[in-house]
Amino acid sequence: MTATKGSDVSARGENDPLRAELERRLKAMADEGPRTDPSDIATAVESVMATVEGDLSAVNLKLYAEIEALARYIDGAKAEIAEIRPDEIRDEHLPAATDELEQIVGATENATNQILESVESVEEVAEELDSDKAEKITNAVTNIYEACSFQDITGQRITKVVKTLQQIETKVEALLAAFGEEVARERRKRGDDSAGGASQEDKDKALMNGPAASGEGVSQDDIDALLAGFD
Amino acid sequence: MSVDKNMNILVVDDYKTMLRIVRNLLKQLGFNNVDEATDGSTALQKLRDKKYGLVISDWNMEPMSGLQLLKEVRADSRLSDVPFIMVTAESKSENVVAAKEAGVTNYIIKPFNAETLKQKLTAVLGNFD
Repeated sequence: MTATKGSDVSARGENDPLRAELERRLKAMADEGPRTDPSDIATAVESVMATVEGDLSAVNLKLYAEIEALARYIDGAKAEIAEIRPDEIRDEHLPAATDELEQIVGATENATNQILESVESVEEVAEELDSDKAEKITNAVTNIYEACSFQDITGQRITKVVKTLQQIETKVEALLAAFGEEVARERRKRGDDSAGGASQEDKDKALMNGPAASGEGVSQDDIDALLAGFD
Repeated sequence: MSVDKNMNILVVDDYKTMLRIVRNLLKQLGFNNVDEATDGSTALQKLRDKKYGLVISDWNMEPMSGLQLLKEVRADSRLSDVPFIMVTAESKSENVVAAKEAGVTNYIIKPFNAETLKQKLTAVLGNFD
């Protein structure tokens, strides 16, 4: 459709074919018994046509410019994504990092078990000694038990990092797919998240954050005070 | 009333080293009847199969967490009176409040030392020296 600039019907010449056609149709409508004055309808149509044509041109221009800018942005983003080689990140770097961390957990667990096993043997021997010596050994063994609990804490921290890597892997996977799909998934996710309140199970899961970072969390004394507040 | 050191104690943690450490510390304190479970659902089954005088549980476990185990225990009329100590790295106030609201008896933050464990056991069970 070709956009024509709006104009006043009355300004057109007597021999203008458009004016003649319009007048013929309006007369036909009038002959059929219109409830409204045809001249009013003609004025309204002309008015609407003039408004719509003018706005569409401006909107179109702005829209084209926006789309063009967006296309350039997407092209640039695609180029940058290609440069960082997301396929390598997904297939090599992330799995390697995850494996390394899991091996750390496994190695520290094995080492801790070996230490515990050895210390348990020492503790058994201590039972055969006189009370003074036995007490000294038992105290030392207790200190070793306490120190060995590091494996549990570091294990939990590393597990958090592994989960983060898995999340990054998912994001990289999304980047490798078409951007449109990613947007649709995000939109669905937002829709899911906003639909209804969180269940009790979700609330409980939200409380599982693992060991707190330095400065976060509260001390044992604070917890004791908090508990006392319930009594 | 004296503490029965022959009571059965169930320790729940998904880290076997932690189970071993707690078991050894309990042994040093004179508690020798210690059973172990590596998640909440296994622990719940053990609690229903055998009488326990105390549960010492980690929080962060799959598939059933320590908090969920606590709720299940408190909801079961045969288990609801069993003392339940949460031993966990979850150290935020909201965690303590949630555990308390679910009926936890006491709460220990990891890493902990033997003295803290002894203090909490005394608070829950009474003096056992």
